[in-house]
Amino acid sequence: MSTKIGIPRSLFYFKFIPLWKSFFTELGAEIVVSEPTNRRILDDGVKSCVDEACLPVKLFHGHVLNLKDKVDYIFVPRFTSISRNEYICPEFGGLPDMVRHTLKDLPPLIDTEINMRRSENGAFKAAEEIAAKLDVGRKDARHAFRTAMNNYCDFRYQALCGVIPFMNIEVTRRIQGDGSRGSLCEPQEPSPWIGPARGQFPRTASVIQENRPSGCFEPREPSPRSTSPRSTQIAVIGHPYNIYDRYISMDLLGKLKKFDIGIKTVEMVGEEDINEYSSKLKKPLFWNYGRKAYGAALHLAQKGEIDGMICVTSFGCGIDSFVYDLIERKVRNEYEIPFIIMTVDEHSGEAGFNTRLEAFIDMLSWRKSNENDVSSSG
Amino acid sequence: MKMTFPHLGNTYISIKPMLNELGIECVIPPFNNKRALELGTRHVPEMACLPLKINIGNYIQAYELGADTILMAGGCGPCRFGYYCEMHREILRDAGYNMEIITLEFANGNFNRLASVVHRLTGSTALLKVPSLVGQIAKTARRVDELEMLSFKIRARELEHGAVDRFYRDFREKALKVTSFKEISNLLDETGELMRSIKQDQKSAPLRVGIVGEIYTGIDQFASFNIQEKLGTLGVEVDRKVTVSNWIIEHIVKKSLHLHRDMAYAEAAKPWLGAMIGGHAQETIGNTVLYASNNYDGVIQIFPFSCMPEIVAESILPDIERELGIPVLTLIIDEMTGEAGYLTRVEAFIDMLESRRKNQKYEGGWSLSWN
Repeated sequence: MSTKIGIPRSLFYFKFIPLWKSFFTELGAEIVVSEPTNRRILDDGVKSCVDEACLPVKLFHGHVLNLKDKVDYIFVPRFTSISRNEYICPEFGGLPDMVRHTLKDLPPLIDTEINMRRSENGAFKAAEEIAAKLDVGRKDARHAFRTAMNNYCDFRYQALCGVIPFMNIEVTRRIQGDGSRGSLCEPQEPSPWIGPARGQFPRTASVIQENRPSGCFEPREPSPRSTSPRSTQIAVIGHPYNIYDRYISMDLLGKLKKFDIGIKTVEMVGEEDINEYSSKLKKPLFWNYGRKAYGAALHLAQKGEIDGMICVTSFGCGIDSFVYDLIERKVRNEYEIPFIIMTVDEHSGEAGFNTRLEAFIDMLSWRKSNENDVSSSG
Repeated sequence: MKMTFPHLGNTYISIKPMLNELGIECVIPPFNNKRALELGTRHVPEMACLPLKINIGNYIQAYELGADTILMAGGCGPCRFGYYCEMHREILRDAGYNMEIITLEFANGNFNRLASVVHRLTGSTALLKVPSLVGQIAKTARRVDELEMLSFKIRARELEHGAVDRFYRDFREKALKVTSFKEISNLLDETGELMRSIKQDQKSAPLRVGIVGEIYTGIDQFASFNIQEKLGTLGVEVDRKVTVSNWIIEHIVKKSLHLHRDMAYAEAAKPWLGAMIGGHAQETIGNTVLYASNNYDGVIQIFPFSCMPEIVAESILPDIERELGIPVLTLIIDEMTGEAGYLTRVEAFIDMLESRRKNQKYEGGWSLSWN
């Protein structure tokens, strides 16, 4: 029987699952992903974790509890850094320790440190260490890692092409059509390949940094604002684990879709475009997500393709508190784009959330149709 | 140019003479106070951490006194402190305070940039002074911290209540007017003499409590509601390993010169927290373990609300508490913290430590859990 590895459906699951899934499968392990976030998982997490932690970290504890009795190992890597000279967040760096000292009687954790701060080889080193824990040799580890990277590149590429990651649950539901829900417990995979032929991307660890290979992806030409009316576009800026987890984000993306609003997320902006703006900062941001969110938000604002910007944050997120403030100041000072910060935590009521969202969308549509009119508020 | 800098406990005592030696006029903001916090809260994003708010308050109050330049330390993460300098710039600009910010970046042995900053400020001759200045700052900071530690010891044993507080406050006031390292050294000698002359109860064996946590709230009297003085007045001997001089010597000087650093806390923290995750989380964990093995009666962790590294430490501490048998109280501070409720918790904690000690004496170590 193959080893069962539990992967909590939380935090970097929403960034790296295509990589992890194929890596562990190649190593001959079976992966078990925790159930999609639900009330119970959230409650378990909130009850066990310290009060001060942010919602996603609490939720992570809930997902670990969900996997507790189902697997041989739980994958809780110590994410110190996933890019050069940048960090993620102190709570990510201490996550295995938090989990170990908060939750008792857990199966062994795979808590390998992933640190690419000094060198990109950090990812590969971590892969080898994990493989060693599962009694797999270096050669096989290398092979598995390459395959996993390919899979990950495809996933990234799709997002760059404009496919919203993790939205395909909606699609399976619609296809089944008989009212039965798609199996939500299956690990979600990127939807079938639709882009240019595979194999056009560099297969090195540097792709984790999402360096967009030059020449293999040309962004679609933006439609000029004045000539053809286009549907409303909103930039949704937020950590992948906040906006793609439909429970935490109260299905924000789904709701926007229902309003027929186009969505742009950080994952849809290429690395070059991100760096173009984030490098203008006097001191570079040393958080991977911070740099991306800042660069992507300003890139989208500058391109003029978006009508509004929603920043989603979980209460108490330290990085967001700085980065969103920087974005807000820039957007308010230099662009005429409506901007809103939506905060979620375990107490968020959906009604209040919806009201704010609907008011924002109403405002956008009035703005669009009456842009040249005198403001009704005098 | 009139330069100012944010308050961090007693740091001003070492920084002012340094600026004087370099020939830079300086404005020390008023000691941290309620208005500074209010000003900061008004301009700083809600979810930012407390030190940023008080810093902004310091700057605005210094601006009102005529300051136009800010001297600030930098960093490289992952703790938010490393990005303070840029946030300061953005916030002050948008709030309409036209001040220049000069950041001293020590991380990664970046001496060229540091040198160019000094060069720009003072002209070429001062560059030669820098090594000796750094030495003097480190020495002064260490002596100031030693004086503080002395005050912790004596306050718990003084027979005349309030004597230490009187001398110590006097010292802080006088230090505002000092102009050179020489003068400050004399002042330190003087105050040390005065403190040692206080009559003490030599027989008492006060409770010993270690303070751990984030550096700003640990060190700064205002941000921690004067917890160290209050504990001392309750007859508790306080100890704190995280100090400004330690930060300057271990993290700036020794790290950039690749000298051997005292990493006892990191060793002690290893089984609990496997890596450096920024801020002072590793110190918090390591020092708690060290306090437990040195038979301290309890540990108090203090940090500002939403401080990410300390949250990790907080979630590990209960396990240390159980396994090593040392009571830990966690205090989280933000602009909404009320002093009365805070004090009640501290007093209850101390009561518990006292009865715990008594019980250990008479009942073979049994005591009821306090929570």
